[in-house]
Amino acid sequence: MRVPLGWLSEYVDLVLDHEELARRLTTAGAEVGEIITTGDWQNIVVGEVVKLDKHPNADRLTLPTINIGDGQTFQVVCGAPNIAQGQKIAYAAVGAKLIDGHTGEATTLKRAKIRGVESEGMVCSEKELGLSEAHEGIVVLPADAPIGVPLAQVLGETVFDFDLTPNRPDLFSVVGIAREVAALTSQKVRDPSLQYPEKGALATGKAKVTIADPDLCPRYVAAIIENVTIGPSPDWMQERLTAAGMRPINNIVDITNYVMLEMGQPLHAFDYDRVAKHHIIVRRAVKNERLTLLDGSKHKLSDQTLVIADADRAVAIAGVMGGHDSEVTPKTKTILLESANFNGPSIRRTSQAFKIRTDASTRFEKGLSPHLPPVAAARAVKLMVELAGGKAAKGLIDANPGDAKQGRVTLTMERLVRVLGLEPPAARIREILTGLGFGARWMPPDRFIVRVPYWRTDINIADDLIEEVARIIGYDQLPTSMLRGEIPERVPQPRSDLRERTRDALTDVGMQEIITYSMTDLESLGKVLPREDLEITRPLRIANPLSRQYEYARTTLRHALLETLAANIRGNQALIGLFETARVYLPNEDDLPTEVESLCGVISGRLPDRWGQATGEPAGFYDAKARVEHLLAVLRIDAEYREANDFAYLPGRTAEIFVNADRVGILGEVHSRVAEQFDISRQVAMLELDLDALLPHVKDLVHYKPVSQYPSVEEDLAIVVPEDVPAARVIELIRQSNLVRNVTVFDVYSGDPIPKGKKSLAFAISYQAEDKTLSDEAVAKERARILERLKRELGVEPRA
Amino acid sequence: MPPDTTVADLESAALKDLDAASGVDSLEEWRVAYLGRKGRLTGLLRSLSTLTLAQRKSLGKKANELKDRLEAAYEGRRQSVEEARLQQRIEGERLDVTLPGPPLPLGRLHPITQTARDIVSALGGMGFQVAEGPEIEWDYYNFEALRIPPDHPARDMWDTLWIDYEKDGRRPMLLRTHTSPNQVRVMEQRQPPIRIIVPGKCYRFEATDATHEWQLTQVEGLAVDEGISLTDLKGTLAEFARQMFGRDRKVGFRCDYFPFVEPGMECRIDCFICRGEGCRTCHHTGWIEILGAGMVHPEILAHAGYDTDRYTGFAFGMGIERIAMLRYGVDDIRHFYANDLRFLRQF
Repeated sequence: MRVPLGWLSEYVDLVLDHEELARRLTTAGAEVGEIITTGDWQNIVVGEVVKLDKHPNADRLTLPTINIGDGQTFQVVCGAPNIAQGQKIAYAAVGAKLIDGHTGEATTLKRAKIRGVESEGMVCSEKELGLSEAHEGIVVLPADAPIGVPLAQVLGETVFDFDLTPNRPDLFSVVGIAREVAALTSQKVRDPSLQYPEKGALATGKAKVTIADPDLCPRYVAAIIENVTIGPSPDWMQERLTAAGMRPINNIVDITNYVMLEMGQPLHAFDYDRVAKHHIIVRRAVKNERLTLLDGSKHKLSDQTLVIADADRAVAIAGVMGGHDSEVTPKTKTILLESANFNGPSIRRTSQAFKIRTDASTRFEKGLSPHLPPVAAARAVKLMVELAGGKAAKGLIDANPGDAKQGRVTLTMERLVRVLGLEPPAARIREILTGLGFGARWMPPDRFIVRVPYWRTDINIADDLIEEVARIIGYDQLPTSMLRGEIPERVPQPRSDLRERTRDALTDVGMQEIITYSMTDLESLGKVLPREDLEITRPLRIANPLSRQYEYARTTLRHALLETLAANIRGNQALIGLFETARVYLPNEDDLPTEVESLCGVISGRLPDRWGQATGEPAGFYDAKARVEHLLAVLRIDAEYREANDFAYLPGRTAEIFVNADRVGILGEVHSRVAEQFDISRQVAMLELDLDALLPHVKDLVHYKPVSQYPSVEEDLAIVVPEDVPAARVIELIRQSNLVRNVTVFDVYSGDPIPKGKKSLAFAISYQAEDKTLSDEAVAKERARILERLKRELGVEPRA
Repeated sequence: MPPDTTVADLESAALKDLDAASGVDSLEEWRVAYLGRKGRLTGLLRSLSTLTLAQRKSLGKKANELKDRLEAAYEGRRQSVEEARLQQRIEGERLDVTLPGPPLPLGRLHPITQTARDIVSALGGMGFQVAEGPEIEWDYYNFEALRIPPDHPARDMWDTLWIDYEKDGRRPMLLRTHTSPNQVRVMEQRQPPIRIIVPGKCYRFEATDATHEWQLTQVEGLAVDEGISLTDLKGTLAEFARQMFGRDRKVGFRCDYFPFVEPGMECRIDCFICRGEGCRTCHHTGWIEILGAGMVHPEILAHAGYDTDRYTGFAFGMGIERIAMLRYGVDDIRHFYANDLRFLRQF
């Protein structure tokens, strides 16, 4: 909402400078987004045409001599037909910054010869001054404009561009802003005059209004103005409309727009003679009823659309836009003026359905006061009488005057203190409320009965009034305090705790955290998930995606990690480790999806040497596994790894991760066919964990076990097993011994002299008893027992 | 040869030889040669038996004194030889201390995670506990229960991405546009006193530019109890802002509108680029908006079944990206989700 301050000052004295006024309005809720100053002109001053000669070489050009005071005169070349001797004009000296009248580009005025005559500057058009597109003639200034003063002092205007909140439709008007200014600066509002002579017959005898759907149209006021002469509106009105960002059209349309900007009530002017039977019917459209709007667009209406119709057909979409067939034309003689109140949500639905947002619909959808239509109608009629030579019919047609009673709200001091935390003096509260147009009656011992002015549709309860008091005092003026009550009982959040520990554990081993978009496309998902999976679990689709790229709620993080990896491989072998913890969304029938807290990580590149150079082995399966093992060790979770097959992973280099019987994740080397889809040609290892599946296995508290007092005996054991026996199986069997405290693999070897199809495994075993020092004999006996078990279970021989 | 001369000769020969012994091995040879069991000093003492008692006494004393002197000289010499040897070793093993150690792997948290943690920790110190909620939500929790019914103009404040799912001719499922729905969920389940914070992802139907992202992260705060007032909200936010942006920050408040609070406000800090003078960052206002807040609307408390004559509360919400941009001086929000390691590794 753009409010020119010149216009605003018609209703309230502006006693603060512009910056301070903008600051006060913003602080109190009406945010001034921008202060626009038109007329930031340099080297352009008021001049007088003291002499006007003919151009010797061109009939259409003249040579005015411009006096700018202090004895300075300049002869310029001018092409404007409306220039005349004695006029006050805008004179631009050489060096002035202007808009080029032909190209529309900003330019600096240079000395020039036009058809052989030197021009010492220029007399400016509106377009050249950046005021409008008009370039037909020069700007003629008021006769009393002082010669030689900067043009800005005569033509400049400051406009506040407000970013308003939707709860205050009353502020979408110059008068509404004036009320706010008055309340903030202790000034009085001068309401616009509504007085006009009623010379015609009774309006009610000239037209009829029927509201067929009162649920969508609580009130419809119509006025009749006869004998209007259609023509341009006066300059002052055009200037104000232009400054407020509207385009002048003709006097009648301009008046409806002017009053809308002035009072916040959208109006529409129908050509009375083109309204069939002079009967306005407010009704829902018939399905597929057709209507051509003012802008020429043709529409098929639905039975949800509220229309203004005459006896024959729809003539406007209510509250959105008027129809082409009934609009005011140069031939219009009589105006039927509409000033109505429509249901906000209905207007909003219609405006969205037709994708038409107008100054009218944006005001109506916020819910205007039903008391406003007769006030705005009177104002518009007055202007039409004065500016279009009209004759006003007597009275207004008011189809549903409704209940004239205004709202009352009780404000107790107890509530005020409870919400604000302090108690301003009652006199101050009354002053604030009355300053804003409320009526405030003190009811001893402790409360105000507050009458709400009709335009404040946002005030319904005491707390609304408390905000009024607080915002006018200024929130910054209120004291501050800290919460005092008891701190609520702690509710454990194991899920987010696990996620945060996971993040820490992975960054600790060199993985960089990334955060990617939650939405993706089927193509990306299809690169990492088998087609059948996507068909069985169809990801949730966004009905109105911002782009095809972000159309589906992701069911995996794989693609995001691989995309990010691909984008960060910069033609070298440096090791990159990335991970993300985020939710994936698994659809449920007729319910919100299950949001699974997930982890995915990738590692790729060569391992670093002592100098950090990427000269080692390419990171692979075991590097991903090391990170999973580190994380699970941090979480004190024992896992089991089983060879597995998965679409995205390389067979034989993939393991599913189990904790007890629960599958909690998968890791392995990414299938080269999958990596290629992301333009990755090098080896990538990936790890995935379902943190929600892991969660039940996270132990809250560790229970202390006493440390054995007796020394342990460390021994190595090398055995030869068939190639396909997993090391974990051997460890499991060794662990069955009561005296074995710990077993770790430290070597795997196949090749000479190990027979083909077999491998050698070496284990470091630590023997220890709780209650005594183990003798060599005891250890030897235990070792023999272990070998016996391995032989029995796996057919294993000790390596010679 | 008189015995005295013999002792003196032995001493000068021994000291001369000791001087010449410069290594550990030659020192040991010397020790054996002079002080050893078969050494020359022992030989001298052994020869005493051929002398008179008086001569024996005199010479024995001298010989023992010589032994002490030679031992002391030997010890001194040994120490200096060892010192020299140590010095030589140190010299040979000198390192270039400017060379780096073998690099240990270093990973970092995403700057948004870091910022979120700082926020959670600042508010955690004031008794606020994390309570997370779903990212894909019902219209009911995201809007209706927050006093934003269908077709309400305030819906324009949160352009929405809708899930393609219809029920009764409407789309009831959406990507949450803010973290506020979890206020309602928590109030459904708990009784006052409540102090929670809700960090999490939100989504908007919004074209992306330097200051707007369609995916963003918010932190919501909610406190409900007896005796909570606007001054407590101001105090809490001021303390929060100072913890995040520095103790010398000025904190300001202006009236703003959110349907679920009344009174509503926006919290601002003085621009730390221009110190409130007015610059590009603060749009020449001297202030930088950091969050929206207000007293929980009594209808929302009533809806949760709380006695509104007894309980009041406040709520606030902020965009973590915005806070991170301000703290780190990041000029384009799109950096956060572009995940360029050259960006991420700076934090």
